Amino acid sequence: MIKNSEHAQPEPLEYDFNGESVIEIAGLSRRFGQKRALDDVSMAIPRGVVMGLVGLNGAGKTTLLKHILGLLRAQQGTVSVFGKDPSRHPKQILSRLGYLTEEDTLPGWMKVWQILRFTKPFYPNWSDSYAQELLETFKIDPKKKIKQMSKGQRARVGLTLALAHRPELLVLDEPSSGLDPVVRNDILAAIIRTIADAGNTVLFSSHLLDEVQRVSDMVAVIRHGKMVECGPLENLQTRYQRVTLQTDDDASPPNIEAMGKWQQNGNHWSAILDVDGEDLEKAVSGIGGKIVQAHGVSLNEWFLDTSRD
Amino acid sequence: MDIRISLSDGVPIYQQIVTQVRYLVAAGQLEPGVELPPIRSLAQRIQVNPNTVARAYRELEREGVVEKRSTKGTFVSQSVIRLSARHRQSELRDRIDQLLAEARQLGFNNDQLLEQIESRLRILDRKQKRADSAKPGKN
Repeated sequence: MIKNSEHAQPEPLEYDFNGESVIEIAGLSRRFGQKRALDDVSMAIPRGVVMGLVGLNGAGKTTLLKHILGLLRAQQGTVSVFGKDPSRHPKQILSRLGYLTEEDTLPGWMKVWQILRFTKPFYPNWSDSYAQELLETFKIDPKKKIKQMSKGQRARVGLTLALAHRPELLVLDEPSSGLDPVVRNDILAAIIRTIADAGNTVLFSSHLLDEVQRVSDMVAVIRHGKMVECGPLENLQTRYQRVTLQTDDDASPPNIEAMGKWQQNGNHWSAILDVDGEDLEKAVSGIGGKIVQAHGVSLNEWFLDTSRD
Repeated sequence: MDIRISLSDGVPIYQQIVTQVRYLVAAGQLEPGVELPPIRSLAQRIQVNPNTVARAYRELEREGVVEKRSTKGTFVSQSVIRLSARHRQSELRDRIDQLLAEARQLGFNNDQLLEQIESRLRILDRKQKRADSAKPGKN
């Protein structure tokens, strides 16, 4: 866990889903040769929100994050971070932003203190004392060489570099992948800590949907380069339910549109349904069935059910 | 304050916090005037977004279960006793409904279910009696 630090905590966290956006993307498309990596993607992330970005491998998450970091320039559409195009104003934007990628990119020949000294000048708000505090929390010896450290320790160094300037926006690309539960815990705590400093915003992509569900205010779901869901996590949870029906027909699935496939168990059929605005009872009685059970779904369950082609 | 978050049943996390605090208050485990943990420390302890805890506290405040004292923190309301009878009833009703649904699923009919409940009650009473008689100096 990351300790409370010296600086006074400002009063409450409030966010407004319709408030000022830290990141705004509109109609973003990107091709790599024949492959359409991003297809007309739009999203807005309000200040003070934790946004979880989920999708299968190759869905376009990293490509999207690279646009936000200014590493790729929009071929079509617009990307704006703190009101500016990050590919044209990288310096101004990167100095207010902390990021950590899944790839292990720290130079192995450097010692921890050297890489801290090297990184510091890029960030006007860099805090030596906070960097120190993070290293102590993570039990990292600054005299150690990167290449002598475990993967988990290297991730913690990366996290220290991403956090030491108290970024207004923290961008994490699959920060937890391949790491043990203790390091994952540190990363989650860092996300929670970052957002606890009022007004900060976090965007992180992850395959660990339980973690996404735990800390996200909003989720964005990308599939084959398209944004299929983007909004408050809670909306997703009230909108979709796993519904079990009993029908007289055990030969064919109920004629009600499901998110994934209907699964059969005797004369019971179950599937995740979009119950938003639909009169489910009416639809079910219309096909001569009755609802046996209906309950909310976890993000993981929802994602698994809706991601099968 | 013991709060447990379940990710599997699809209930929004803020709702889980609200329900559990309401329950702790209704059950008398959180007494009127007791301070709830600060938003940030609870968020870090149960590893959820502080926004979510803040949202839960706002909801509890709206319901009158807790009250905010300007900058000092969030406390269980003094007036909460008046609410608690109703809340206790609604908490119990929710749990009974859940039990009934699950019993149906498991294939118990009403008589079997009542029988089971009575049998469990007898066991619980016996245990309680034994525990009471083991306690020296109490009654």
